[in-house]
Amino acid sequence: MSETMIEVRDLDVVFDRGSPQENHVVRSVSFQAAKGETLGIVGESGCGKSTVLRCIAGLESHWSGEIHLAGRLVGKERSRDELKSAQMVFQDPYGSLHPRHRIGMALAEPHRAMGIGEGWNAVAGALTQVGLPADFANRFPHELSGGQRQRVAIARALMLSPPILLLDEPTSALDVSVQAEVLNLMCDLRDERTLTLLLVSHDLAVIGHMCDRVLVMKEGVFVDELTKDDIRFGRTHHEYSATLFEASLLGDDAPDAMARGAEAGFGS
Amino acid sequence: MTEMPVETVRAPRSAAAFRAIGTLFRIGREMTREPLGFAGCIVLAIIIIVAALASVIAPYPPNVQSLGEVLQPPSWAHWAGTDEFGRDILSRLMFGAQITIRTVFSVCIIIGPIGLAIGVIAGFFGGRIDAVLMRATDIVLSFPALVLALGFAAAMGAGLNTAVIAISLTSWPPIARLARAEALVVRRTDYVAAARLYGASRMRLLFLYIAPMCIPSVIVRLTLNMATITLTAASLGFLGLGAQPPAPEWGAMIASGRKFMLDYWWVAVMPGIAILLTSLAFNIIGDAMRDILDPRYDRS
Repeated sequence: MSETMIEVRDLDVVFDRGSPQENHVVRSVSFQAAKGETLGIVGESGCGKSTVLRCIAGLESHWSGEIHLAGRLVGKERSRDELKSAQMVFQDPYGSLHPRHRIGMALAEPHRAMGIGEGWNAVAGALTQVGLPADFANRFPHELSGGQRQRVAIARALMLSPPILLLDEPTSALDVSVQAEVLNLMCDLRDERTLTLLLVSHDLAVIGHMCDRVLVMKEGVFVDELTKDDIRFGRTHHEYSATLFEASLLGDDAPDAMARGAEAGFGS
Repeated sequence: MTEMPVETVRAPRSAAAFRAIGTLFRIGREMTREPLGFAGCIVLAIIIIVAALASVIAPYPPNVQSLGEVLQPPSWAHWAGTDEFGRDILSRLMFGAQITIRTVFSVCIIIGPIGLAIGVIAGFFGGRIDAVLMRATDIVLSFPALVLALGFAAAMGAGLNTAVIAISLTSWPPIARLARAEALVVRRTDYVAAARLYGASRMRLLFLYIAPMCIPSVIVRLTLNMATITLTAASLGFLGLGAQPPAPEWGAMIASGRKFMLDYWWVAVMPGIAILLTSLAFNIIGDAMRDILDPRYDRS
């Protein structure tokens, strides 16, 4: 756990700079994640957590600061080589697959777009790896369930064998019964390939299940950092994280989190 | 979870062909559930078949004058009567259908790709390219189509080809605007973001990701446009700027029948009915296609 895979320094994001609607979304945040680590970012909607992820992925251009991926400083326009170091899984499995591309095409496209072969040979293996039958390659996304689509999206993100996987609320659009399956799949893949995961979520149960370390974000800054044990025992160092914890216990239907809360004697 | 033969995963090209045929079948099947659209399809099919087989099934040659039987009313010998030169109007209408169908489809083949390309490029690249292309579109859009077509046909010399070019020049802007609106939506989707992350080039995004999503609405719009194109073509013919006599262009036939309209109504009315039926058929089919292809107009 020594090699730093993601390093972000003084990341600042301002949308519509100079206009009356200037929106300072992310305020000078810094963090790093080691190889094989799963780092979570948690916070309410609109706190800037997804924006941080999109900046790291290279989808935003309104940021300043420094982003290092796999030890390399990357800019706003990424070269193909730089893109290969981090891939992203999106929140909405219904919007992240092209509706007119068959699954096989969706999975072959990363190779074809990168110009590293036709990619068709890798499709069957990629599907099997995420627990889907290989003949799904001939289906269209609308013939798959949400969970299956998200598995395809994960398989696609892994097609280029990136060392870093960015996950933007990967389970929030899924049925509760499917969430655990998808999370376990990502855990298995992470262990198998020593992936570094950066997981954004507002669901503390998901974060607690997956992450080694969690950053709590509020209004564009990190207000707290929690370890896995902190989450387990409900230890917080900032009142906002305490509020988040309470909210997740009060409104949470996941028995898993309830049990953890009871075990920690939290909220009683 | 058996090992997959590579061939079944591959073959995206033949799959695409199958898919296109499948889509056509689906449209056809849904069309049968749409009585009005189906009727429009049948009318249009008859017009196209008649146009294709005009030289075989037309009872008389279209341009041979027979001064012994001028301006005869509809009868068993001449179902739609004869005109001032004794030519059988029904036969002329059949050959005229060729001209109309050819005009309509040539215009569509020209404006479909042009409108799609301009709209998709403007919507996808945005910024200055978008501004330039859309202002150009606005300029063309601000001309009354018929007047611009008239001016163009007058400048280039009358004829069927100039009519096609003139109509094409004025009818691509709505297609371009439509395609741009679609492209603006599609370029913000997650699947395009994902494609950018795996290094898809701009051309790749444009052709493989964005354009395919814009095609259905462009096709619907084109079908609806066909009615307008039929009418514009006939109007140009009527004004003497389309196909030239003795070509049996429907608009030109009305123009020549105008002189005898009060005493010999069929000379002008028969081509009028042909124009009406054709543009009505295109309109109805366009509406039905919109219902089938565009989920936003879904009938609940």
